Amino acid sequence: MLDIVISGLLLSGTYALVALGLNLQYGVSRIMNLANGEMLVLGALAAFWMFTVGKLNPYLTMVLAAPLAFVGNWLIYRFLLRPLVSRSKNQGQLEVDSILATFGMSFILIGIMISIEGGFFAYKYLSIPIEILGTKASLSRIVAFAVACCIGLALYLWLNRSRTGMAVRAVAVSPQSALLVGINVPKISALAFALGGAITAVGGVLISTFITLDASIGVIFTMKALIIVIMGGVGDTRGVIIAAVILGLVETTVATLIDPGLTLAAAYLIFLAILLFRPQGLFGRKPT
Amino acid sequence: MLRRDLLALATGALALATAVSVSAQTPIKIGSVAPKTGALAGGAVVTQWPNVELWAAQVNERGGLNVGGEMRPVEVIEYDDKTNPGEHIKLAQRLATQDKVDFVVAPYGTGFNIAAAPVYGKFGYPMIAVSAITDKVEELTGRYDNLFFTLGTTTAFVTGVRDILVEQREAGNINNRVAMVNVADAFGIELADVARTLFTDAGFELVYDKSYPLGTPDLSPVMKGAKASNPTSFIAWSYPPDSFGLAQQAIIEDLDVSIYYSAVATSFPAFAGAYGSKINNVLGAGGTNVDDPKIAEYRAAHEAVTGKVADYWASANTYASLQILEQAIEGADTTDRAVVTQYIKENAFDTVMGTITFEDNFSAKFWSVGQWQDGVFRGVKGTNVDGAVDVRLKDGWD
Repeated sequence: MLDIVISGLLLSGTYALVALGLNLQYGVSRIMNLANGEMLVLGALAAFWMFTVGKLNPYLTMVLAAPLAFVGNWLIYRFLLRPLVSRSKNQGQLEVDSILATFGMSFILIGIMISIEGGFFAYKYLSIPIEILGTKASLSRIVAFAVACCIGLALYLWLNRSRTGMAVRAVAVSPQSALLVGINVPKISALAFALGGAITAVGGVLISTFITLDASIGVIFTMKALIIVIMGGVGDTRGVIIAAVILGLVETTVATLIDPGLTLAAAYLIFLAILLFRPQGLFGRKPT
Repeated sequence: MLRRDLLALATGALALATAVSVSAQTPIKIGSVAPKTGALAGGAVVTQWPNVELWAAQVNERGGLNVGGEMRPVEVIEYDDKTNPGEHIKLAQRLATQDKVDFVVAPYGTGFNIAAAPVYGKFGYPMIAVSAITDKVEELTGRYDNLFFTLGTTTAFVTGVRDILVEQREAGNINNRVAMVNVADAFGIELADVARTLFTDAGFELVYDKSYPLGTPDLSPVMKGAKASNPTSFIAWSYPPDSFGLAQQAIIEDLDVSIYYSAVATSFPAFAGAYGSKINNVLGAGGTNVDDPKIAEYRAAHEAVTGKVADYWASANTYASLQILEQAIEGADTTDRAVVTQYIKENAFDTVMGTITFEDNFSAKFWSVGQWQDGVFRGVKGTNVDGAVDVRLKDGWD
C-alpha cells in the first residue's frame, strides 16, 4: 500500500513537471501550445547531448537550459505569437490560431531535433536504487520529484505573494479587466509564456534522466499535459499539482492492483468524469 | 534585343546541360519510404536508413550497377512516412507515378510492409522485407507475389526463447516460474499470444502475465509486480522505449532472475550505451556473429560511412536485402521489375548474412535471440546461421 503511494507520488512529480509550464502558457498567455511536448523533448535532447558529448551533469544542463529556454520562448512569443494575439478579436479565434501556429512549430522543432539526433536519447543518470519506507526507487526520479516540488512551491508563492505574480493571476482571470487596472498585459503574457517554456524544458532535462525519449515522442507529453491542465482548472497552479497527484496515484494503483494495461483507460476515465461533473476543472471558476 | 539574346543563351545553356546529363549514365532510381519521425523513427534511424545510405555509397563508389553493359549509379529518393501507413501508401504511389523509381527499399515495420504490399505490387516492385515478422508469411506471399520475407516468423521468434528456457531448465539453472510482460500493441500482443501457448505447452508456469500501454512513463509497478511473483525467468515482448525502461526498473528493483529477455531495441548499441556493464548477459531479440569476417567488415564500413554503429540484429539483414536487390538487378541484367522479381525467386545471393535463397518468397536464415556478452551482442539462437554462442546466466545487475 505504502508502495503504491510512494511510486504514485513520484510519478505525479513527473506529471507536474510536464504540465506546470503548459498551465502558465495556456492559462495566462492564452496560447494553447501544442509544441509544449517538443519543448520538453528539446530539454531532454540538450541533457543527452551535453552528457554524451561534454560529459556534463544533467542537473548542470538544467541550470543552463532554463534561462536559454526562457529567452527562446520569449522570442517565440514576441515574434510568432504576439501578432496572433493582437489580431484576434476573441478568445476562440486566438485559440484556433495558436493551435495551428504551435502545431506547425512542433514540426519545425521535431525537424531540428532529428537533424541533431534521430535515434533514442539513451543515457542514464543517477539510476541508483534508493529505499524510502521500504520502497525502492531510482535517485533520478526522487531528484525530479524534489525539483517538481520546489518549482510548484516557488510558483505558488510567487503567484500569490509577489506583485508581478498578482498581475499574472489578474491576466489569467481576465486580460481585459487587467488592462483596465493598469497591468501591462502583453508584457505579463510574454513573461508567463517564457516562464512556462523554461519550466517545461527543465522538466524535459529531469525526465530524460530516467525515461528514454526520442525526437518524435513530444506529442505524448503534450496530451498528458493537456489532460492535467484541464483537469486541474486552466490557469491554476494548485489545480495542476492536485491533478498530477491524482493521475499519478490512480495510474499506479491500477497498474499494481488491477492490470498495468488499464492505466491509460483509468486516466481517461477520471478525465471524462471531471469533464462531465466539473467541466471547469477542479479549481477552475465557472464561466459567468 | 538584348533580352532575346539572353533568352537564346539561356536556352542554349539548358540544352547543353540536358545533353551532358543524358550522355552520363542515367542513374537507377531507388525509392525508400520509412519513418524519420513518429513512433518507429527511433528504430528506423538505427536499422533502416543508415544501411540505405551505406549501400548506395558503396555501389556508387564501385561505379554503379552493371546493367546492359554500362555502369549506372544508383540514386536514392527518400521520403519520411511519419510512421503513418496512409502517408506511406501516398508516398509509395508518388515514387511510382511521379519519381518513376526503378526499384524500392521495403518499408520498416511489419504493419507497413503488409499495408504497402498491394501498392508496390500494383507497380510490380519486388519488396525484400526485413523489419517484418509475422506468422502469416505463407498467406501474404501467396497473395503478393512480389513480397519476400527475410527475418523469420513470430513462432520462430518465440521458439528461440522457449528453447533457451527448456535448455536452462534441463541444466537445472531455472525452474518453471516465468514472468512475462508485453507492450499492448499488435506486435507485443501477437508475440505474447504465441508465447503463452508455447511456454505452457513446454510445462512453464506464467506466474506474472500482464500487458502495459505503449509509452507508459512509469514501468515500476510492472517490474514490482513481476518481482513479487518470484520468477527465475523474465520475458518482455517489448518495443524500444519500454525495453530501455524495463531494464532501468530491473536494475532499480534488482530483479533476481537467471534469464532476462527483452525484445526489440535490446540489440541497439544505445542499449549498452545507456546501461554499460549492468546489462551484461541480458538476452534480446536478434543477434549477430561479429566474428564472421564478412559481418566484421560490414560493421566497420557501416561505422566509417554513416558514423553510426550498426545494431546487432536487423542492420545486417537490411544490408543483405539491398545486396540481394543489387545482385538480382545485375544478374537479371535489366531494370525490368518482373524479370528481377523472378530472378530473386530462383537464385542464390551472396550477402553479409551468407548465402541467401528463397523458398516460396521466404528466406529461412536469421537470428532470433542474442545476448549481451561483455559489451558485444552475440547471437545465441537462430535458424541456419553459424556462430551461435552458449547462453550465459544473468547474475545480478552490477
